[in-house]
Amino acid sequence: MAVGSVDVTYRGVFQKNLAGVITKELVRAARREGKIGGTVQRYGDSPERNGIPAKQFAIIAEVEDELHVEMAKYEPDKVTVLCVMDDTLVKGVESWAWYGVQPIDVNLAPGGTLLLISKRSPEELLRWIPRRDFAWNLATLAGEPCFGGLWVYNDNGTDYRTLGAVSRVTDGLVGLASLCVQAEASSDGGRRAALLRDGYETVEIHPVAPGLGAENNYTPVEKPGWTEMREGLIIPAIEVGRNNELFKKFTTRTARPLVKFEACVKCQICYMICPDECFVPTSSGHYDVNYEHCCGCGICAEACPVSGCIEMVDEAAFDSNERLHNLYEADPGAYEQMREEKLARAGGPIPHYGVY
Amino acid sequence: MTAAQQAATSAPPEILEREDIITGCEAVAQALRLLDVDVFAAYPIRPYDSVMTAVSKMIANGEMDAEFIVAESEHSQFEIGKHASLVGARSFIGSSGVGWMFGMEALVVTASLRLPVVALVGNRALDDPGAFGVEHNDALMVRDTGWLLYWVGTAQEALDTTLLAYRVAEDKRLMLPCALSMDGAFLTHSQHVVRVPDGELVRRFVPPYDLGDRRFHPDNPVSIAPQFNEDWVMEARRQSDAAMRRARTVIREATEGFAQVFGHGVQDPFLDSYRMEDADYALLGMGTVGMVGKVAVDRLREGGKKVGFVRVKWFRPFPGPELRSVLRDAKGVGIVDRDYSFGSNSHGGVLYTEVAAALYVSQQRPRLVPFIAGLGGREISVDNILEMEAIVEEAVAAGEDIPCQWIGVRGPKTDPRETEEGGPG
Repeated sequence: MAVGSVDVTYRGVFQKNLAGVITKELVRAARREGKIGGTVQRYGDSPERNGIPAKQFAIIAEVEDELHVEMAKYEPDKVTVLCVMDDTLVKGVESWAWYGVQPIDVNLAPGGTLLLISKRSPEELLRWIPRRDFAWNLATLAGEPCFGGLWVYNDNGTDYRTLGAVSRVTDGLVGLASLCVQAEASSDGGRRAALLRDGYETVEIHPVAPGLGAENNYTPVEKPGWTEMREGLIIPAIEVGRNNELFKKFTTRTARPLVKFEACVKCQICYMICPDECFVPTSSGHYDVNYEHCCGCGICAEACPVSGCIEMVDEAAFDSNERLHNLYEADPGAYEQMREEKLARAGGPIPHYGVY
Repeated sequence: MTAAQQAATSAPPEILEREDIITGCEAVAQALRLLDVDVFAAYPIRPYDSVMTAVSKMIANGEMDAEFIVAESEHSQFEIGKHASLVGARSFIGSSGVGWMFGMEALVVTASLRLPVVALVGNRALDDPGAFGVEHNDALMVRDTGWLLYWVGTAQEALDTTLLAYRVAEDKRLMLPCALSMDGAFLTHSQHVVRVPDGELVRRFVPPYDLGDRRFHPDNPVSIAPQFNEDWVMEARRQSDAAMRRARTVIREATEGFAQVFGHGVQDPFLDSYRMEDADYALLGMGTVGMVGKVAVDRLREGGKKVGFVRVKWFRPFPGPELRSVLRDAKGVGIVDRDYSFGSNSHGGVLYTEVAAALYVSQQRPRLVPFIAGLGGREISVDNILEMEAIVEEAVAAGEDIPCQWIGVRGPKTDPRETEEGGPG
């Protein structure tokens, strides 16, 4: 082994502590094998916002020089295993820094593994994961996304199950035995060791052939040289009524507002209250939703005075960010049918979304 | 020309509005009136505050038309100046000592936003202990941030350099803020004969402030100072660096332009070199120390010693080429710092460190002797200069580097508890 890089891509704030436990436990266990390691929080994501795609990495190396090279990077460019802690993240990752919306697997090394906490089938997930020109593995560990908070740790076993799965899919980058010895050093050792073994045994590994997956149309954001930039830290303003094309925000979303246009009373509250100006006036007086720029905060659904008009629906029920009001205008019946299908696929609207 | 002869030289009377006996701060205020400055942001602290008094009096008397905004702190004062400059108003700020430090964040962003605000720093010792007297550490704190920095030597120079500062700062090639430093008390509060030029000449020398397409206005929708992160910051820094690299050319042109318009001026924009032509020994400093320095040089010359004085005027951009040239043939040079940089190389001050670095690339360079003098407003006398010159001669004769000497401090020259390992610092 030269260097092993474990990328934990997670939902900012809600899974920050989870990512910290996974990466640090990996390094601690690796130390028990005489290896050396460290973890890196992707700096561009700090301070995190709720739900924003964020990353923490564990670097495991045989010798210090290898480690130092990797620790000098914001993120490793060849990830051995990419753990995705919420499966809606496979739609893309846009951090605070100027990377644009990146495919989830942008840094995956050839032959590497994308490990998802998900109940979905590989086929369903590959509709969203962009294709690569090399073979890789899609691993799924059955489970719901584990969401906590900065001060509340959701101790549902996702941490140690994921660690067990990482050991398995990397063929012992860090051995299960070392992870168990490390876990058993804690007061909760027995339970943690059982979770490690469960993750190790239940993770499903599906080889993915080159070219399999969704269309990959990612182009990195082009950054100008210093003579091409305007002087005095000036950039063009976003005109009123438009949104920032270089920062779309939709990858922060775990649920989206779905509007029942026939129930809408055109009160304008959603239009006025949306912090990201995502409600777009239409000629019919309804407000269409700009899903490219909606971060799924749920303030609109909370503010809408009409029961059942704006509802927050699991993002995984949707395949694109296309606006939907056109469909409603062309055929209100078809729109309503689509809306009900989406709600059924999502298992109904999410009640009290974003309200604590 | 001796110091006395220099002072006696006067400009042709027809280009003068009047001659007056005014302080350095009042001289700056006269320049600001002639420049038709639009916005004064102000917050009082001695000794800079004399300029506030002078400007507000002129506004009250109807001699000038400007917004005079008294902020609730230096930080707000500097932000007001920055924003005024951003919307296209010629603006002026200033402070002293810890007041300048308190507004540091606003000063730094003024430089990175490339806004040609002009500031007056009435040099004052940093608290604690409380003191009104001069030390140069306050203004020096912005030396690395993209501020042009000038040390004024006389009240006339205060007026002239204020005109020059706006012309240089607002030059399209630079767009950098400029701070003028004036020794507290010795310049801010002492009154000298000053020639106030005619307003029409000032308008000819300094064109109207034009921010161009950077002007913040509803008709020009732009975002300024967004979060850049690691992807853009280095390029932005390189732009500021490029502007500062152009500064020497702009300053030279402006200095020549000054002489053309006003009929008097200086040859060397960067250094005020006094009797340096054949000097074996020299002393070098900034600000009003130049006045006594020249007198000391005259006395030493009368005694047959080949001594000169170099007053550094522009500190940013630093006059490396001029220093290498003027000090090339000297045997020894004493650097008089009216500031400190505790723990620095040879325990010298900031000026010493910069001069030493500038001379390092020279094949032929003098022995440098660092001095710290005049801290907290302590007087620097002619005798002090003579004492320093003697130490420089001794160092040259001994062929030894000497660690920094404090001149005019009470108590022993050295303390056995100061350990010396491996020579002078």
